[in-house]
Amino acid sequence: MANITVTVDGVTYTDDVEPRLLLVHYLRERVGKTGTPVGCDTSNCGACTVHMNGVSVKSCSVLAVQADGAEITTIEGISNGQWHPLQQAFHAEHALQCGYCTPGMIMAAADLLRTNPQPSDQEIREGLEGNLCRCTGYENIVRAVRRAAESGATS
Amino acid sequence: MTADTQASQAEVGQARPRKEDARLVTGQTNWTDNIVLPGMLHMAFVRSPMAHARITSVDLSAARAMPGVVAVFSGADFAEEQGSLPCAWPVTEDIVIPAHPPMATDEVRYVGEAVAVVIARDRYTASDAMTAVDVSYEPLPPVLDMRTALDEDSPKVHAEGNKSFVWPFVQGDMDAAFRDAPVVIERTYRQQRLIPSAMEPRAVVATCVGGEFTIWSATQIPHVLRVMLALVTGIPEQNIRVIAPDVGGGFGSKLQVTAEEVISMLVTRKLGRPVKWTESRSEGNLTVHHGRDQWQRIRIAADSDGRLRGLDVDLLADMGAYLMLVTPGIPLLGAFMYPAIYKMDAYSFTCTGVFTTKMPTDAYRGAGRPEATYAIERIMDELAAELGMDPLEVRERNWIKHEEFPYTTIATLQYDSGNYEAATARAKELFGYDALRQEQTERNLDNDPVRLGLGVSTYTEMCGLAPSRVLGSLAYGAGGWEHASIRMLPTGKVEVVTGSSAHGQGHETAWSQIVSDQLGVPFEDIRVLHGDTQVSPKGMDTYGSRSLAVGGMALVGACDKVIAKAKRITAHMLEASENDIEFSGGRLQVRGDPEKGHTIQEVALATFAAHNLPDGVEPSLDSDATYDPDNFSFPHGTHLCAAEVDTETGMVTIRSYVAVDDIGKVINPLIVEGQVHGGIAQGIAQALYEEAVYDDDGNLTTTTLADYLVPSAADLPSYVTDRTESPAANRLGVKGVGEAGTIASTPAVVNAIVDALRPFGINDITMPCTPERVWRAIQNAQGNGGAA
Repeated sequence: MANITVTVDGVTYTDDVEPRLLLVHYLRERVGKTGTPVGCDTSNCGACTVHMNGVSVKSCSVLAVQADGAEITTIEGISNGQWHPLQQAFHAEHALQCGYCTPGMIMAAADLLRTNPQPSDQEIREGLEGNLCRCTGYENIVRAVRRAAESGATS
Repeated sequence: MTADTQASQAEVGQARPRKEDARLVTGQTNWTDNIVLPGMLHMAFVRSPMAHARITSVDLSAARAMPGVVAVFSGADFAEEQGSLPCAWPVTEDIVIPAHPPMATDEVRYVGEAVAVVIARDRYTASDAMTAVDVSYEPLPPVLDMRTALDEDSPKVHAEGNKSFVWPFVQGDMDAAFRDAPVVIERTYRQQRLIPSAMEPRAVVATCVGGEFTIWSATQIPHVLRVMLALVTGIPEQNIRVIAPDVGGGFGSKLQVTAEEVISMLVTRKLGRPVKWTESRSEGNLTVHHGRDQWQRIRIAADSDGRLRGLDVDLLADMGAYLMLVTPGIPLLGAFMYPAIYKMDAYSFTCTGVFTTKMPTDAYRGAGRPEATYAIERIMDELAAELGMDPLEVRERNWIKHEEFPYTTIATLQYDSGNYEAATARAKELFGYDALRQEQTERNLDNDPVRLGLGVSTYTEMCGLAPSRVLGSLAYGAGGWEHASIRMLPTGKVEVVTGSSAHGQGHETAWSQIVSDQLGVPFEDIRVLHGDTQVSPKGMDTYGSRSLAVGGMALVGACDKVIAKAKRITAHMLEASENDIEFSGGRLQVRGDPEKGHTIQEVALATFAAHNLPDGVEPSLDSDATYDPDNFSFPHGTHLCAAEVDTETGMVTIRSYVAVDDIGKVINPLIVEGQVHGGIAQGIAQALYEEAVYDDDGNLTTTTLADYLVPSAADLPSYVTDRTESPAANRLGVKGVGEAGTIASTPAVVNAIVDALRPFGINDITMPCTPERVWRAIQNAQGNGGAA
């Protein structure tokens, strides 16, 4: 067991964890952050994307021990009293159907807009290449990210 | 009550952002894998690594001895109680339906088949213990190619042989249609095996308290599942509650009764503790039922002016190792769709269902109809090429004209409405068809290394599954009705209970829009409940684009009854004649005296209080209704695809894609457009990217999303969509939209690729049309044997 201290959505936790424990399982099963789902076991789908120290990571590909000392933000921590511009835009543009990919898609899009605040449609498509959606055909996801960018969302 | 309690404008037709999103965009979701119950244990399944083998021994002792492992069971441990997984669609009287134990006891018949289950304190321990289960196998020969599986010397998947059924269907005089026909074209098309790939992996939580079971499952079919779990396990139906919480996509893959669901019930009963199972993606690729997997031999006879005379389809359909819930019926849904929108004199269809040592196939978005549409739309292009006609011209020569509806097709379906001319004209205009043809001609003349191809798909589909009588005549095991309840609450709010079970479709929003208009109650005041057999006791669930065309009509029926009851009570309250009460905009009033009346909310409160009800009228303003359609609905449309094909690399790039769909009236354009986009994407994925591949030993080699190429945003184009509208037979005027895009887009894309390559003498590319396959086809056509 390793002892880690992690800040998740603004709250600090100290836990003993197995060294092999994946960050996503730590978040879901130890911290109770079930808003971040698991969609695959090979880091292809991106459903589990969260921010670690402000940068997007696939939390299935990070060990909990690697997050020791880190600040993690999940989909449950990005709204600040009101929905994040990306949450608003995904809703307004119907950029989700079943919603399973949505937390990861929004967290990845937030990181995209941090590094490229005004991406072209093609840059949005390539920027979200690591996040799979089976429902929307991506058209409305591209529209939503563009809408959020136009509203000035940069993180 | 004031006027603002009434809906101010028509809800139907508005692009309402969805109610569902509030929990989905914030992570406040209730996926099955999120559920934690006190004392809950985790299950992991030990699965066969062999495609076909006899189980010679199973040693569970080492796994049982591991710390944190609560129990380990083999198939033999449950042999007496696990029953056989059901097939509810015995398509012929002599169909072979082999026993399908949830966990194998003697023999395994595909890689991934469950042989033992480990139950442990947590998922990591369960996973560790799986590796300690020692199963010995005596290998048997796999059966991997359905084309040779029926040979006499083929190894057998089951003792009964490899043929499950032969289903023939003939209409008209085939000999006359083909005899002396000026044009006869025959092709064989391959429908590759697909993995549905809903983003949420399957998951089950089961608990048994005092003999009463609750099963949470990532399922499309809580109601059907409840019945089937009772039949399989012998546990009385009234003691089973099935809940489909938030479900992350299905596309047919969660229209199933699975081994894991059955075993979870047996384990929780045995151990007296709740259990959870969540599959990994790799496990899911192996064991979520697959889709498609057919060889289609198709032959048409035509006159020299392009008029179709006859159509002959001979289908081989890979069932996989067992027949699951509706496995054998899937290709037969296509039987009625091969003639598509075309008139002809004769039609023959035969489907042979074949067993192989692979994962069973079953419903995947479109279910039989995409396969049929692909084959007919591909060969219509071949006919056009043979006769030197434009692909749209040859279609128009054969399609049912808009003034000919209702029209009974050669496949005996009665199409109630359609306007193929209107959809095609609109699609051509949006696409810039003539200009693109001109550009194509010029680039061909210039020997442009990047060729342009235009692909056409003028599809139709049968959806709104389905009239119960029709299903009965096809030997389907259940009806096709749907149920709804409307409950006006004392405070004037409304609860809508629906038997359809959404998993991304947006029923909570669309159903609220329908009920808002019917009852004149604000959209925000309506809550839609679904997906729990205790909350919604009657239903036939969600598949086959049936929810709106069938379930939506059940809502209307229930609203009608609520309004009728409200009228009676209002008449009594106002001491007026019931016949003089009119209902409009949420208000019941005396005809000719609009000052005299009540809002429906006021009537709801009065009915709840029950102080002054007419004799024989029960308290509470609520009602329920069941709707069974008279006919299928027949959405249609024209999809056009422009593809750039790089002849030097084989790379295909979709340059533009236009979809014009006639799905009848639209409840919510935002939701409809989303369904079309997603459907098109899945159809393109079949055309260009996806294929489940088994190696020569029967191992699935596409077990991950790195190997099975579900496309990303970067792999797909933008889509231009529009709609035309012809009337539908039901009162809402709706037809269904869940599968249209998938049905239409695959042939549109492949037709575009073949159209680009026709100058090279190429008339087919096997799907998925990967750069390698396209490049090799070009090399072969140029006599390079693909070795250049």
